[in-house]
Amino acid sequence: MKPLASSPAPVLEAHDLVKHFVAERTLLGRTTASVKAVDGVSLAVHAGETLALVGESGCGKSTLGRMVLRLVEPTSGRIVVDGADVTHARERDLRGLRRTAQIVFQDPFASLNPRMTVGEILAEPLMLHAIVPPAQRAARVAELLAGVGLNPRQAARFPHEFSGGQRQRIVIARALAVEPKVIVCDEPVSALDVSIRAQILNLLEDLQARLGLAYVFISHDLGVVRHIADRVCVMYLGRIVETGTTDEIFDNPRHPYTRALLSAIPAPSPLARRERRLLEGDVPSPLAPPSGCHLRTRCPHAEPVCAEARPPLAAVSPTHASACLFATRLPDARDLAPREPARDPRLETLFAAFAGDDEAAAAQAAAQ
Amino acid sequence: MGQILASQFVYNWRRNVSAIAGSAIILACVLIVLFGPLVAPQNPYDLTQLNLLDSYKPPAWIEGGDPRFLLGTDGQGRDVLSSILYGTRVSALIGIAAMLMACTIGTVLGLLAGFYGGRLDAFIMRVADVQLSFPSMLIALFLMSAFGTGIDKVLIALTLVGWVVYARTVRGSTLGEIQKEYVQAARVAGLRDAKIIRRHVLPNVLTPLIVIATVQVGTFILIEASLSFLGVGVPITQPSLGLLIKNGFDVLFSGLWWTSVFPGLMIMAMVFGINLFGDFLRDELNPRLK
Repeated sequence: MKPLASSPAPVLEAHDLVKHFVAERTLLGRTTASVKAVDGVSLAVHAGETLALVGESGCGKSTLGRMVLRLVEPTSGRIVVDGADVTHARERDLRGLRRTAQIVFQDPFASLNPRMTVGEILAEPLMLHAIVPPAQRAARVAELLAGVGLNPRQAARFPHEFSGGQRQRIVIARALAVEPKVIVCDEPVSALDVSIRAQILNLLEDLQARLGLAYVFISHDLGVVRHIADRVCVMYLGRIVETGTTDEIFDNPRHPYTRALLSAIPAPSPLARRERRLLEGDVPSPLAPPSGCHLRTRCPHAEPVCAEARPPLAAVSPTHASACLFATRLPDARDLAPREPARDPRLETLFAAFAGDDEAAAAQAAAQ
Repeated sequence: MGQILASQFVYNWRRNVSAIAGSAIILACVLIVLFGPLVAPQNPYDLTQLNLLDSYKPPAWIEGGDPRFLLGTDGQGRDVLSSILYGTRVSALIGIAAMLMACTIGTVLGLLAGFYGGRLDAFIMRVADVQLSFPSMLIALFLMSAFGTGIDKVLIALTLVGWVVYARTVRGSTLGEIQKEYVQAARVAGLRDAKIIRRHVLPNVLTPLIVIATVQVGTFILIEASLSFLGVGVPITQPSLGLLIKNGFDVLFSGLWWTSVFPGLMIMAMVFGINLFGDFLRDELNPRLK
């Protein structure tokens, strides 16, 4: 994590964003019930950093990601992209946002128009924003493909001729075409095979190092988040319940919900040991969430005061904040995330040998 | 990919007898439309070629028939075969032109309804519902009696009857497509609505329309024939097959059957061929039936 002082203005800011979806209407069209999909969320992403949004299905993380791109209209709040307030900009005035912020979706099979060749898909944003003169478009498309590790000669092919991982590379290339500063990655690897995941994550990290991109990385996979994120926001029922650097969140979680999430990370080794601290019951209906802290009905630490008011996101350290009234009083939580026991030194040598091979192979692939 | 699809398509086509039969009939009709007037023994609308002494000759193979008039003649001494060759042209062109108009209008309205939703969607679809609740013949009859007859009026009537099915199909597919992430990606790329609809939605909702359009040409030919038979269709100077049937119908029960029956058989064959081929297309293009 880079110190905040070194990065001037954030490339993307959200202030108090709220999105209500209408769930029921009367015959006359008056709203009788609405879901607060996103309920007062603020965040800021700086150049070169990865901010992860984590939470279970339905917690509003995808809605939030789409809202900052104005794919979903916010009910209230403010979106500032690269210093410009785009909350109420009309579509024709959104040119700046469309060049600054891009998105990579979860499903690589639905993200590419099946009737367009890869070359046409990549040329479209180039054409629209006049990124390069028409004569250089084909060369730029080839560059983009090479940049994400695909063969430039494949530009004439259709999306269905590619595998899921390759398609996700094309989606990333399309996002890069406008030379954005921030990319919202909405579960970019959840639909991919485990073997392909690492490749795509490494590609994202490479691109970040090369181009200074900022990522808003939406995921429910904490293993991936720990690997790629600089900072993490944990969401529950439309609110951020805890935010901090990745190390703070994983090593010293200060919210019961974060702790429950961490204790649910699958352990990659049968020898891994940890404490399991599960929440009781199910997620309450988002139509009628509990008063005060949304987690109180399931929380082992809940007290009557939790029902009174929405607990504010209070600082635990300069970079770490938790929306739990008892954040500083929660017991120590070092053993929530699974830990590998110490490995046999002989095995370590073996792993090191293979890791060396991997790097050599990667270097070879990059050289091609 | 195009080649693989084409060869698979051709492969199935060659193994489907009714598809081949339908294609053959359609091909014959196309030839008649293109070259009919060139091969017709006479021009039935050139009065100088007609002779009233030739009126009501039976087909050539029946006693009293004249070898010059293979399928007999009508009351003005017109060769029935020549009339059919000219009439097929009128019928087929009306069917195709009306289909193209209905398809264009219906597709545009369906795209708008599906893409924008809300009140526009509700309005277009309610109009479509009202349209569907009337029998198509009734709508056509009403329009023709209100605005008069003529080929242009027939086309308008058929278009008004036919757009609904495209609008509904396209709206449905559009609703499905705009959920997909490539449409949202196009928006994030900064494309305007019109361009998103044209470049991204339209090409992906067209396939089901091919089947509808094919079958609809047959339906339109039948409706046009019915309108002409009822006397509100094409003008007498450009008779379609339906009008030929009507002209012969007056004398049908006097034993002069050939003036009506042969145009009727022609319509039947043409629509039959189109439907056979349409069924094949439907089976081919519907992935669920594979």
